[in-house]
Amino acid sequence: MKTFRKGGIHPPEYKLTAGRPIVGVPVPSEIRIMLSQCIGTPSRPVVKAGDHVVAGQMIAEAGGFVGAPLHSPVCGTVKKLEPTRTPQGIWQDSIVIVPDETQEDAIQATPRDEDEIMALSPEEIVAIVGEAGIVGLGGATFPTRVKLSVPKGKKARTVIINGAECEPCLTCDDALMRTEAQAIVKGAFLIMKATGAPEGIIGIEENKPEAIAAMEAAAKTVPAISVCKLKKKYPQGGEKQLIYALTGRIVPAGTLPIETGCIVDNVATAFAVYDAVRNRRPLTERIVTVTGPGLSNPGNFLVKNGTPLSALIDFAGGLPEEAGKIIAGGPMMGRAVSTLDSTATKGLSGLVVVPADMAERKPSGPCIRCARCVSACPMGLEPYLLMLQAENRVWDDMSAHGVMNCLECGCCSYICPASRPLLDYIKLGKQELRKKK
Amino acid sequence: MEITVSIIVLGVIGVLAAVLLYLAAKKFHVSEDPRIGEIEEILPGANCGGCGFSGCHAFAVECAGASSMDGLNCTGLTAEGMKKIADIVGLTPVAAERKVAVLRCSASCENRDLRNHYDGVRSCAIEAALYQGESDCIYGCLACGDCVAACPFGAMTISSGDSLPRIDLEKCTGCGKCVETCPRGLCELVPLHADRPMVWVACANRDRGPVAMKECGVACIGCTKCRKVCPVEAPEISSFLAHIDQSKCTSCGECVKACPRHSIVTSSSQL
Repeated sequence: MKTFRKGGIHPPEYKLTAGRPIVGVPVPSEIRIMLSQCIGTPSRPVVKAGDHVVAGQMIAEAGGFVGAPLHSPVCGTVKKLEPTRTPQGIWQDSIVIVPDETQEDAIQATPRDEDEIMALSPEEIVAIVGEAGIVGLGGATFPTRVKLSVPKGKKARTVIINGAECEPCLTCDDALMRTEAQAIVKGAFLIMKATGAPEGIIGIEENKPEAIAAMEAAAKTVPAISVCKLKKKYPQGGEKQLIYALTGRIVPAGTLPIETGCIVDNVATAFAVYDAVRNRRPLTERIVTVTGPGLSNPGNFLVKNGTPLSALIDFAGGLPEEAGKIIAGGPMMGRAVSTLDSTATKGLSGLVVVPADMAERKPSGPCIRCARCVSACPMGLEPYLLMLQAENRVWDDMSAHGVMNCLECGCCSYICPASRPLLDYIKLGKQELRKKK
Repeated sequence: MEITVSIIVLGVIGVLAAVLLYLAAKKFHVSEDPRIGEIEEILPGANCGGCGFSGCHAFAVECAGASSMDGLNCTGLTAEGMKKIADIVGLTPVAAERKVAVLRCSASCENRDLRNHYDGVRSCAIEAALYQGESDCIYGCLACGDCVAACPFGAMTISSGDSLPRIDLEKCTGCGKCVETCPRGLCELVPLHADRPMVWVACANRDRGPVAMKECGVACIGCTKCRKVCPVEAPEISSFLAHIDQSKCTSCGECVKACPRHSIVTSSSQL
């Protein structure tokens, strides 16, 4: 079975919500839409307090070339523009909307039929994707319009649709693949058309047999698209890891996947592309896995952008008493949540409620030079050395040892028998180096 | 007999090596101003960079080649020490205003509730990069002690009482290491006066008044009362936060009395 070539780990899966259906979360009494929802420039609001908006209406325009517009997920009235805390508690500008009692006056656009979709030119598809505010839904939130605009002199050869979902606990992509396989394949086809790539590969980890079967059945209709089973190993869904596993190509350090002719998009992104093209629907909701052993009703929820995190936890059965930590995203790459006053964004793939006895960090000991971090690093770096350099604040040495290639997957910290906070220091080094630039 | 051979052989090698070293020393001799060494003897050797040069040696080189001592001051030396250096290079010392670091946060645990528990690395830089910190104020001191570790003169300690860093004004040289280290920019260099205390706003919270008020008991809310009572208009308010212009402040203490939030503090309690 296919996999990446270096490192990797096998954390326990904890996929409690696997096989659960997608359930819609009711419209909350107030939604707060963060203006910074993609990597790049925050969006600029185009509405003011008191304005009435309808579902799907643009409420903030893209802040720059690397940016994406935002749309209202509900019909309602703009209450005010004020800062809201991010899940990490940092204040960020947001638009507060109070939804109407009835949600009927939504834009009812007629869907494009097959012929209309086939007649679209690549430029038109890219424009639709841009207007729909689609960003990479795997978690990195890179504007998809930018990714689909292949730079001059480069040629897209392969579109890779990432259905690996290698993070423990998360099942949002799995749920989407099981229920919307056709739409994902069509989305993949649209991405191929937009970029001019002749082939498409959908990579799925072996632990999702239902999703693989559904996707294989759907992909039969499009001969250029194939489904490939991947070995269960973390971080199989890392961009560079996936490209190697599926095509055998190696992305040179410091370059983008397009150097090897690859465009990698998450299954949820492919679905959003199809939804935008076919149903003329902008990206205003996504699937979020809310899970944890103490929750009475964990599941894969269809969440409107701007829904308070507290509403998601309540919908999943309320915060259990033994909860020690909540993680936004997966347990490997996600970040701890410090306030539930924050709201769901386009990049939120999951909320994991960790019981107190599992949440505490183990006390860290001295490095015994066992090099397990080196064996586990999928990028072939030396995490123990990078941490030492960060502790001594020699940032340039970290750069010379390739710290910028780190994808922050956390394999090193996970595997370290001395529980050393390797990734914390590596992230610090990357941050300092970015500051210097 | 054998021992004599050894002695002779080793002796010859020794002499040859000595000659070689002598010749090499002659050939590769670098002439350096002897005063540089003398100046370095006087300097603290902390390489703190407070003088504006890359280290003590660079400062000594600069002094030796200077035509005037204007702008050349080691923050770690007393006036007497600078006089010695000036004597070595035959110039008159130009006294600089002595500065010390102060902390722009005075929130102890009683003033701001801890809303979560941080069990990560004890490093302010890492904690600040991760999230808001343990209290609701995203501007305040994280009290992990990065500044304490960075201070080359041992002037900073974490207080066992309120766990905020304390700055020993006797030891602080105003080198600015803490200023560049603090990830939240809470250390500020202010002039130290011989005759009067320093007055500064011990807060960096830029949130709107009502928000700041909820976050911390001693947060500045930008109410402008300090500016109204100040006879010389030293407090400036921007982003709901007051900041005292030290070039105007006369240490009269009116603002300290007027501040309803007790965010303005002085280096002397007798004021």
